[in-house]
Amino acid sequence: MSALAARPWRGLPAAALATLAALVVAWLAPAQGYYLNILMQASTYAIAVVGLVVVLGYCGQISIAQAAFFGIGAYAVAIGTVDFGLNFFVALALGVALAGVLGLLLGLGSLRLGGHYLAMVTISFQQILTLVLTNWIDLTHGPDGVRDIPRPTLLGVSFAGGNAFLALCLVALVLVTLAVWRLKSHRLGRAMQAVRDNDLAAGTCGIDVFGTKVIAFGLSAVLGGLGGGFFAVGFRYISPDQFGFAESIVLLTMALLGGVQSPFGALVGTGLLVVLPEWLRFLRQVYLAVYGAAVILIMVFLPDGLWGFVSARLSRRALPDATHVPPLPLLSQTGRESAELVLSVEGLAKYFGGLKALDGVDLAVRRGTVHALIGPNGSGKTTFINVITGLYRPTAGRIRFAGRDVTALPPHRRNRAGLARTFQNIRLFRGMTVLENVMVGAERAGNDVAGDPAAVVRRALAALDFVDQRGDAFRLVGTLSYGHQRYVEIARALAGSPAMLLLDEPAAGLNMTEKHALGLLLRRLKGHGLTILIVDHDMTLVEQVADHITVLNFGRRIADGLPAEVLANPDVIAAYLGEPRRHDAA
Amino acid sequence: MDVLLQLLFTGLGIGAIYAMVSLGFVLLIRAAGVVNFGQGEFSMLGAYLLVVFFNVLGLPYLLGMALAIVIMAGFGVVFAYATYWPLRFRGGLPVIISTIGASIFLENMVLVLYGPSSVQIDGLFDAPGIQVGPVFMDSQYLSILVIAALLVTLQYFIFEKTLLGKKLQATSQDKEMASLLGIPVVTMVMITFAYSAAMGGLAGMLVAPILFVSVNMAGAIALKAFAANIIGGYGSIPGAILGGLALGVVETLGAAYISVPYKDAFAFLMLLLFLLVRPQGLFGERIAEKA
Repeated sequence: MSALAARPWRGLPAAALATLAALVVAWLAPAQGYYLNILMQASTYAIAVVGLVVVLGYCGQISIAQAAFFGIGAYAVAIGTVDFGLNFFVALALGVALAGVLGLLLGLGSLRLGGHYLAMVTISFQQILTLVLTNWIDLTHGPDGVRDIPRPTLLGVSFAGGNAFLALCLVALVLVTLAVWRLKSHRLGRAMQAVRDNDLAAGTCGIDVFGTKVIAFGLSAVLGGLGGGFFAVGFRYISPDQFGFAESIVLLTMALLGGVQSPFGALVGTGLLVVLPEWLRFLRQVYLAVYGAAVILIMVFLPDGLWGFVSARLSRRALPDATHVPPLPLLSQTGRESAELVLSVEGLAKYFGGLKALDGVDLAVRRGTVHALIGPNGSGKTTFINVITGLYRPTAGRIRFAGRDVTALPPHRRNRAGLARTFQNIRLFRGMTVLENVMVGAERAGNDVAGDPAAVVRRALAALDFVDQRGDAFRLVGTLSYGHQRYVEIARALAGSPAMLLLDEPAAGLNMTEKHALGLLLRRLKGHGLTILIVDHDMTLVEQVADHITVLNFGRRIADGLPAEVLANPDVIAAYLGEPRRHDAA
Repeated sequence: MDVLLQLLFTGLGIGAIYAMVSLGFVLLIRAAGVVNFGQGEFSMLGAYLLVVFFNVLGLPYLLGMALAIVIMAGFGVVFAYATYWPLRFRGGLPVIISTIGASIFLENMVLVLYGPSSVQIDGLFDAPGIQVGPVFMDSQYLSILVIAALLVTLQYFIFEKTLLGKKLQATSQDKEMASLLGIPVVTMVMITFAYSAAMGGLAGMLVAPILFVSVNMAGAIALKAFAANIIGGYGSIPGAILGGLALGVVETLGAAYISVPYKDAFAFLMLLLFLLVRPQGLFGERIAEKA
């Protein structure tokens, strides 16, 4: 129970200890000089690198401008305090806000597109910022940089001394690390990881993929700015070359070397790369070359970074036990079979260039029924599901779901309206555990448990119970067999209390035993009154469960009706078996 | 008007360099799915090799260039085995990072050997250039344009008209299918790395008399080639060429008419503009994933 219950104080004791340790380190550090600089650099860089963990590690988006955001924070504090006489904390807040706003703007402009676009946009932003810092001399002091940045006083305590300010940096770092660590198991953090692992599936689980990416990038920019603000005051002097492209690469390397999956990786990576060049100084001029080679070697031999390597070997402890957690029964927002239409599709068409994958298809699914959509390969079944769930925009036609027109809605909005699906080629969040996968399904906005972490866990467990996968709740989902992964995908859909479930070839790739079990599972779902639209080739399965069958061929509907009628329809038989030819008759 | 023509000529010359490096980028993206952050270092190494052969060893200029191109092709394969090969099954990001590591390594090795100051080198021809109407055509810029044009033609011929070209295209479109058809995919990828490095090296040698040879030349060229690749359309070969030329012209005109200190910003402003308004670039990129 304790492993699963919501714990608002989670991590706080460790953070308190870490704060104490930080204060001791700051107190023991020399008041100035080499070691103080190393510590100051490491702690302020680390804040920015922890920011990269959010965008790169959690959300899987490549940002190559962390030094630019670091620079924005640094310059805001420097210019604010030196030229405008602002209080450090006010200037810091302004700098952090500016970094965040610029991050949001860049993200809004680029994150709707594929993964490498953010990388390109951030590179451009990085270059332009460097030029502005160097050339807008009236504001930035130009290439000479800003000198004599004052250290602050807070509540009568002076942070003018090196030790005192270092303590402030370290405490900020502890808090940032704690927050980012907790974010990972927070709803937002889970959404980020879902987007990272499979953005299509994330959208159909109710996650606003674009919004989540923008938030992740914005948060990372904010932490970049925060680190930079501390950096400026820590060193009391900044210049444009400290925030260039090369520094962005250094920050990125720190994150990757340490391991982007955890803020602790960021700490390890930063510490190592601040210290490593110092250790390598005995190599004199070649030390940076050795550093470059070390980057390649670590990528080759430690793919998850140092922290990933260490934690994978340390965390062989027993998995948490979920047997005592009472599940929260699945909601059935469906009721009995009725004439009411849950889904009605009119004239749906989808063309890919000249190919008419769907050509004016009508389909109506009544509440509480299992509706099967069948057809030979290439008849447009999967395209149909993809258009219904919003992954493709239809060329023509209208889709009404649960009483409203959803034709123009993005996938996550359709999921929030109660439309859940599984995929023909399983799309789970492979970097997450079975339970976390299903929790993502449960915590979609609008679900009854959303916003209550404990209830989300219990609902997810109930969904796993339903498909008999609770025993694997804490395993990484990728370690399950194919058939079990399919069940987890169904559980993920069920956990969101859908009004309708779309199953895209659920029997594909299953062996006989698994198909039989799937048939039983579908009957149980039907027994609960869930409305289901199932696409499959497997006639045995379809005959077992379907109340109504629609047949597609070459993007057109060729039959629609009760199973017995449809399966006896000569057009359907011809579509499946081909037209009988004279010389074949024997 | 005369000034404008002169600027256009210069811009196209620089743009041709960006186009060559950008082509190297694009070919690697297509053949191996690798976004190579060490592309600029290919140009830098090519230029330094020419310095060694011509300035230091006193070999004939063209022989030096030929030797440097051959060495760069071989180096491309070494580079592939160090940065791409061990990480090829782990997705794009690890390879990106290892190419970043390689670029840090290479820049600093050259820094150790040659120091931070830039080296001057002669151009291909002794003659300063020729006057064509209102435009003075500097011989080096002219050489760049002619060589780039020849190279693009040659590449088009190889890719479209030869069996090797078909195999390379098949490899870039679908590695699995290509290998099922008996195409030696590994060899094809390595050939692409060799070609990309050789062309990058040649671009570096051609631009060396204009920019001088220094460790820093790598970064500036690579980033603009990168931008050219986006402006033209990510992964598009004609896009890389046109994007490079357009970038060269825009930044030359921008420097002349708007601001010299912000010369380098024009390329990136143009890139941002494209990303916001026409993210698929001039020639478009497929942006769709099948569920």
